[in-house]
Amino acid sequence: MTKVPAMFRRELNAYFLSPIAYIVIAVFLIYTGFFFSTSLFENKVVTLKFSVMYIQFILPFLVPVITMRLFSEESKSGTLETLMTAPISDFEVVMGKFFAAFGLYAVMILSTLIYVVFLHWVGNPDYGSIITSYIGLLLMGSVYIAVGILTSAVTKNQIISAVIGIVGLVFLLIIGFVHYIVGEGFFSECLKYIGTFDHWEAFTKGLVDSRDVIYYITLTVLLLFITIRVVESRKWR
Amino acid sequence: MIKVENLSKRYTSVFAVDNISFHVPGGEILGFLGPNGAGKSTTMKIITCFMPATSGSVSVGGFDVFNDSIKARRIIGYLPENVPLYTDMRVNEYLLFRSKIKDVPRRERKSKIGECLDLCGIVNVQDQIIGTLSKGYRQRVGLADALVHDPKVLILDEPTIGLDPNQIRQVRGIIKNLGEKRTVLLSTHILPEVEMLCNRVIIINKGKIAAEDTPANLLDIVTASSNLSLEIKGDSKKVEEVLKTIDDVEYVSNRITAKRDLQKEKILPNTSGKDEVNTFDIECKKGVDAREKIFNAMVQNKFIILEMKKRAASLEDIFYHITTKEEGVR
Repeated sequence: MTKVPAMFRRELNAYFLSPIAYIVIAVFLIYTGFFFSTSLFENKVVTLKFSVMYIQFILPFLVPVITMRLFSEESKSGTLETLMTAPISDFEVVMGKFFAAFGLYAVMILSTLIYVVFLHWVGNPDYGSIITSYIGLLLMGSVYIAVGILTSAVTKNQIISAVIGIVGLVFLLIIGFVHYIVGEGFFSECLKYIGTFDHWEAFTKGLVDSRDVIYYITLTVLLLFITIRVVESRKWR
Repeated sequence: MIKVENLSKRYTSVFAVDNISFHVPGGEILGFLGPNGAGKSTTMKIITCFMPATSGSVSVGGFDVFNDSIKARRIIGYLPENVPLYTDMRVNEYLLFRSKIKDVPRRERKSKIGECLDLCGIVNVQDQIIGTLSKGYRQRVGLADALVHDPKVLILDEPTIGLDPNQIRQVRGIIKNLGEKRTVLLSTHILPEVEMLCNRVIIINKGKIAAEDTPANLLDIVTASSNLSLEIKGDSKKVEEVLKTIDDVEYVSNRITAKRDLQKEKILPNTSGKDEVNTFDIECKKGVDAREKIFNAMVQNKFIILEMKKRAASLEDIFYHITTKEEGVR
């Protein structure tokens, strides 16, 4: 565990040394800013709900762009060899990289706090639901990042990593809507539970349901565990 | 210090390393010599715990590299073949990061990094971004990184490849100094490098150990049957006949074919007969020096020796000799 902070700092610095972090944050702010301004100026409602609602449709495209370099870049340039021959465990490497991507993600999400300042200025928003929305966004992000880090660990090619990540996350999102098509039933209930959408809605309404929290955390832990195994797999392949 | 036993590594169907065993005692510089694709890098990757072996065991400083991997890695400093570095970091940032993940105690980090910068001669570039450095500097940054945690065992995969002659000399100097206190395993395909640095050499070919000896002994194998190169003025056919009659000479070849082509195209003047100058490559019988006999024979037949020299043994020669000798035994 002791080398996670060192790994975290190196990776977070690497993000801000490349243009990727700035591009991703810029795209994110343009996207959310659009929904925020339309809800505020056209619909005249003092709420963050709409901009937060739509965030989940851009995250599957942005998060893999954040995570694609984590392992792919290292295995392509060969630095994985120097990294993995240093006395650092695979667990520490994966966790350091995960928290670094999560750090960038948190910076991205929390940059929307400027909207809350606007809301406070023009009216009296429901702070409870705003806080739970941010909690939800961070939890959902951890799952997305865990998916992205896994796809980065399986390929040397950053583009492939991003594409698999996007496909995977979009899939995870849309299986939550399947019950609208096939109707209610055990099968669509299961899909609804596996999909990220269903668990996300409660947060925007100001609810923190322990079921949803457990869903996000277990899924993150599971994906990180698989990632560690994939990184380790070079040892038994 | 390094113990390799019956090590094999198979990539799908080919054996990259095929049942090799060797032992490097503490304080020795061992040279790992072989052509490209002989299995040098693969062996090194296994010793440094990057890759598992298909079978066999490796231990470094008493720690098994597979089961006690982290402990083994703590005492290994490794410089991979093409020196992968984080090109977006500055040199001192990189070394600081590396020292953190290599368990260098917080208080010693600064002094250790300073020492390594100094030793590898990169103090003046320490604030530069690694991506902007030349190949030679990168190599030395890689070496500094391998040294930063003061490892007992150094594993250097072709440390001088791609450097200019001055840099090669510097890097060799550094390695020579390091070898006084540490165990070094060094791979290369440059023979003089081995002669200069190593106490012992292992020649590896097609994943197998072809020979294991001191550099001096290995050179003797080749120089024992000395190869000569002669430049002689005189009719080529007659000279060749005379040379073949000398009993210490085993094989004569004339480099004339290439020359004839040149003469045909009138690039070289056509000088056949008495004034013809030819270069002959001669292989003598093992353990004899035929130079005197050749000289006398030439004088008797009134041919003029313009040049006679022993061909310096190259890695290819050693290689050729060892591999063919081995096959002869079987």
